[in-house]
Amino acid sequence: MSSDAVICGYVRSPFTPAKKGDLAKVRPDDLAAEVVNGLIEKYKINVDDVEDLILGCAFPEAEQGMNLARNVVLLSRLPKSVGGVTVNRFCASSMQAIHQAAGAVSTGSGNLFIAGGVESMSRVPMPGFNPMLNPSLIDVDAYIGMGHTAENLAKQYSISRDDQEKMALESHQKAASAADQNKFDEEIVSINGVSKDGCVRPETSLDSMAGLKPAFDKDGVVTAATSSPLTDGAAAVIVCSEDYAKKNNLDIIAFIRGMAVSGCSPEIMGIGPVLSSQKALERAGIKLEDIDVIEMNEAFAAQSLACVKELGVDMSKLNIHGGAISMGHPLGASGARITGKAASLLKETGKRYALSTMCVGGGQGCATVLERA
Amino acid sequence: MEIKKVAVIGAGLMGSGIAAQVANAGFPVTLLDIVPEGSKNRNVIAESAIGKMLKPVKLGSPTPLMHRRNAKLITTGNIEDDLELIGDADLIIEVVLEKLDVKHDVFRKIDKYRKAGSLVTSNTSTIPRVQLVNGMPKSFAKDFIITHFFNPPRYLRLLEIVAGNEVSADKVQIISDFCDINLGKEVVICNDTPGFIGNRIGTYWTLIGMVEALKSGLTVEEADAVMSRPIGAPKTGLFGLVDVVGIDLIPHVTSSMISNLSKNDPYRIAYAEQDDLGLSKLFADMVDSGYTGRKGKGGFYRLNLSSGSKVKESRDLKTGEYSKSIKPNYLLSVKAAKKGLRNLVEYDDKGGRFAWQVLSKTLSYAASLVPEITQNIVNVDIAMKNGFLWKKGPFEMLDAMGPSWFAEKLKSEGLAVPEILEKVGKGSFYSENGSKLTYLSVNGDYKEVPNPEGYLSVSDISRGQVAVFKNPSIKLWDMGDHILLAEFVSKMNSIDPLIMEGLSEAASLCESGKFKGLVIGNDGNNFSAGANLGLASFICNVGAWGEVDKFVQGGQLTFMSLKHGSFPVVGASSGLALGGGCEVLLACDRIQAHSESYIGLVEVGVGVVPAWGGCKEMIRRWNGDLSSPKGPMGSIVKIFENLGTAKVASSAQEARDMKFLLDRDHISMNRSRVLHDAKEVCLSLVDGYVPPDMNDYHLPGPSGKAALDLAVSDLVKAGHATPHDVVVTDKLAYILTGGNTDFLDKVSEDKLLEMERESFVDLVKTEATLERFEHMLTKGKPLRN
Repeated sequence: MSSDAVICGYVRSPFTPAKKGDLAKVRPDDLAAEVVNGLIEKYKINVDDVEDLILGCAFPEAEQGMNLARNVVLLSRLPKSVGGVTVNRFCASSMQAIHQAAGAVSTGSGNLFIAGGVESMSRVPMPGFNPMLNPSLIDVDAYIGMGHTAENLAKQYSISRDDQEKMALESHQKAASAADQNKFDEEIVSINGVSKDGCVRPETSLDSMAGLKPAFDKDGVVTAATSSPLTDGAAAVIVCSEDYAKKNNLDIIAFIRGMAVSGCSPEIMGIGPVLSSQKALERAGIKLEDIDVIEMNEAFAAQSLACVKELGVDMSKLNIHGGAISMGHPLGASGARITGKAASLLKETGKRYALSTMCVGGGQGCATVLERA
Repeated sequence: MEIKKVAVIGAGLMGSGIAAQVANAGFPVTLLDIVPEGSKNRNVIAESAIGKMLKPVKLGSPTPLMHRRNAKLITTGNIEDDLELIGDADLIIEVVLEKLDVKHDVFRKIDKYRKAGSLVTSNTSTIPRVQLVNGMPKSFAKDFIITHFFNPPRYLRLLEIVAGNEVSADKVQIISDFCDINLGKEVVICNDTPGFIGNRIGTYWTLIGMVEALKSGLTVEEADAVMSRPIGAPKTGLFGLVDVVGIDLIPHVTSSMISNLSKNDPYRIAYAEQDDLGLSKLFADMVDSGYTGRKGKGGFYRLNLSSGSKVKESRDLKTGEYSKSIKPNYLLSVKAAKKGLRNLVEYDDKGGRFAWQVLSKTLSYAASLVPEITQNIVNVDIAMKNGFLWKKGPFEMLDAMGPSWFAEKLKSEGLAVPEILEKVGKGSFYSENGSKLTYLSVNGDYKEVPNPEGYLSVSDISRGQVAVFKNPSIKLWDMGDHILLAEFVSKMNSIDPLIMEGLSEAASLCESGKFKGLVIGNDGNNFSAGANLGLASFICNVGAWGEVDKFVQGGQLTFMSLKHGSFPVVGASSGLALGGGCEVLLACDRIQAHSESYIGLVEVGVGVVPAWGGCKEMIRRWNGDLSSPKGPMGSIVKIFENLGTAKVASSAQEARDMKFLLDRDHISMNRSRVLHDAKEVCLSLVDGYVPPDMNDYHLPGPSGKAALDLAVSDLVKAGHATPHDVVVTDKLAYILTGGNTDFLDKVSEDKLLEMERESFVDLVKTEATLERFEHMLTKGKPLRN
């Protein structure tokens, strides 16, 4: 029954700044449907074979509510016979979508899946419209602000503001250079004529970053420049069985070799990628040294640098087309972006192994190990 | 003809400010200026003027727009490409350089594009109308009027109108009504003489003031200490005012003034005198060295920042050196002025002597100019009060000193006595005749002071009337038509038990059928600055908790009797309506707000929560608001933000965003019309009036409060909230989320009022809140503890 799960395609919308960007006025369900259509069109998949649309979203309410995934099915070119399920693991929601698709493939519960995610941070605010918290969870920091978790890690791992700003600058430079070389053209689906990312700031400098006030703690070291921006965007990948891909002439980009989630203390949620990556690597039967391409979601520079330190990551392999600080971080869409990006980087570079991993609010990590086909 | 669309030519400070005020009034307006040489963006001047207005300012700072969205009513352009935009304007206001040839050039352009019958006005302050229409077609002159605004156009209320004989009375009425009703201006009709009224007298006052200060060897602080509050002028004083206007501008204004005045005009004599004293040279030197006033390095005053902190310095009029500014507290004449103007000018010190020198000349000059510059003394007083913000106009000042005493003193010093001062004799310029206020006309008889239709003040209502009820904090007046007026008269109109007593009495009078409706309002600058904090502080400090509870509960009961009584209540707001003052308005069926109403629930700033129904009312107003997504938290978060940060709306239009004003409430642009408009609204509600029901609300309960608490703790970490803010907003969050409710249950208004009371009493028992009280009372600003 069991079969290897593979990734056969990846697209995304442009990532644009929340509220002021070009996608601010696009409903998230419409946005996701456009991306799903783009995926179908680009890879010429047989839509009748799709088992399920698994869609991640971190704040599934209002325009993102009402089982968003099913509505996207109905809005897209997928036939009514395709299912739709919305999954939530906050920032790792769409990586979780890929994991669920791969899990279903490996248990023979379907051959072809579309797994992705969407977030309009313009249209559904980050704590949701009706934040109603359990008072007994306040003291355990279940709802701690993300910026404060980054401050905590900066303190714990002695990560200076300078180092964070250096990382942020490099993120922008890498993203700008990739854009200059048209590296994103392949993956971007144009939405209402918008086909360029909007968060990258090629003109930024260490000087301009140095002038910013701390964003979360008056005595802190984390600023707006070293945090990922509020972003609108959607991303999706094709997950199917190896057999299905071969029978239907789909070009396999990468095999999914290891998947894992892990938990940690909420107040240092940014360290989540460490344990989840270690578990996923172990399941793939390889070591971090074997990894050639690492996509680690830059929620905050402080958080990323803490993971880099703890894992011992070779920076030259990290986020080579830029990370979330420059690209933007539409919560529910980021997991599919970095995993799709990791897969396509394997194809582009001809290298063998990739790791995509991210931290999750509330104290979790999520990781995926890929191998080039 | 009705004015529906306006164009303003000239987008400098005045032009763009006038355009903003037109937009504030809700009218579309086209704003054009020249194309600067070599400029890529041909609309750059008008566009950057609007851009500047939209730059965020510190809360409470003056800004031309009453609401940012008003900028959308302003279309920008330039006079080379876009003159066709003025084609459908009913009113075209010229606000370009004060140069005759430039203005004529603009007029010819306007005349080519304007539609027939449109009105053209000039905002000139110095050029006579006769020169402006000279050489222009007759058809143009028939539509041409001077409308002289004062800077800043949003805030200064005087508007001088000069219309020639060839302009029909209808047209003058149309423009007067537009400026009065729509732009909120105090319109004064002037004759076509240099500087009209305000600048003729006002700049003479500054000129002679500087001359006399130099002659008597006064420091700038001494001169300003006298020529400010003691005479009823703004606290900026003389030299301070010159700094604000601009050291570079003053000589331009005075010299253009004298060029149009006759040789023996006292203005020319003063001008010659200042030249002899070296003032002209002083001004020129200051401008040359960059001391152009507040916009430059400084003027007669400057702020020295070299020590790292702001040190106010003043200029020595002889040496030109700057040194630390010293307040002349030793001038006993300034203290004597509290007992009246005459005590000031009769006081035998250099301040008193200076005051007499300046006022004797200024007031004589003003008296000598009627009817040369305008038909009556009333216009002169209105102009000086609204254009230069004097508390009393020149003739009211003369009345305060005694006109015959003043005339005698002039005679005894060998000075000329103006004709109208001879005519007034032993009498006064103004006198009351029953319910009428009369003034001395130039013919020597008394005439009723004209009041434009729709103007109403408490002094009009109360003249010759006995109050229906009064105590030291409140007076109740019969407004006529069975409408009762409640006028707060306490200091800053602050709210105390006596006001509650008066409002309860008002409610009884209305319930008994003696009156059918109630208007709450006054003639003061502020509706009410809030609860009487001094009293609250006292009863809390002596631990009279029973009194505290009575104070709070008594207020709640009074306001509920207004809200749910069988009669309509209209709040006529103007200026500050803060804290308890805001809560009075929230208890009204309607608010008739002056556009310059600054409304806010600011209790958190002094360490308490709104407890006279303010929290309850905000929940009532926001609940069911369709502009925010539904759910128990959406509206509560907004209320919490506004109240938790003690936010004050900077205009009535902004107060709508915060729901202090609702769609059913209306705004009066002209302060003098607020009471009349409020009464009209009240009358319209009388027939078939049904008081509002008490509501119950679904509120989020502890889970919502947890979310608000978390937001506050993030603010504390980020340095935006203090430890005591946490204590106070904890109570606020408790009330707004409905205490220990479950959101499936409903919370009654009575329960909300109870939580307001409990929270208030808990907070005033904390040291930190009492420290906030004390700090506000002594320093006048919130303590951030």
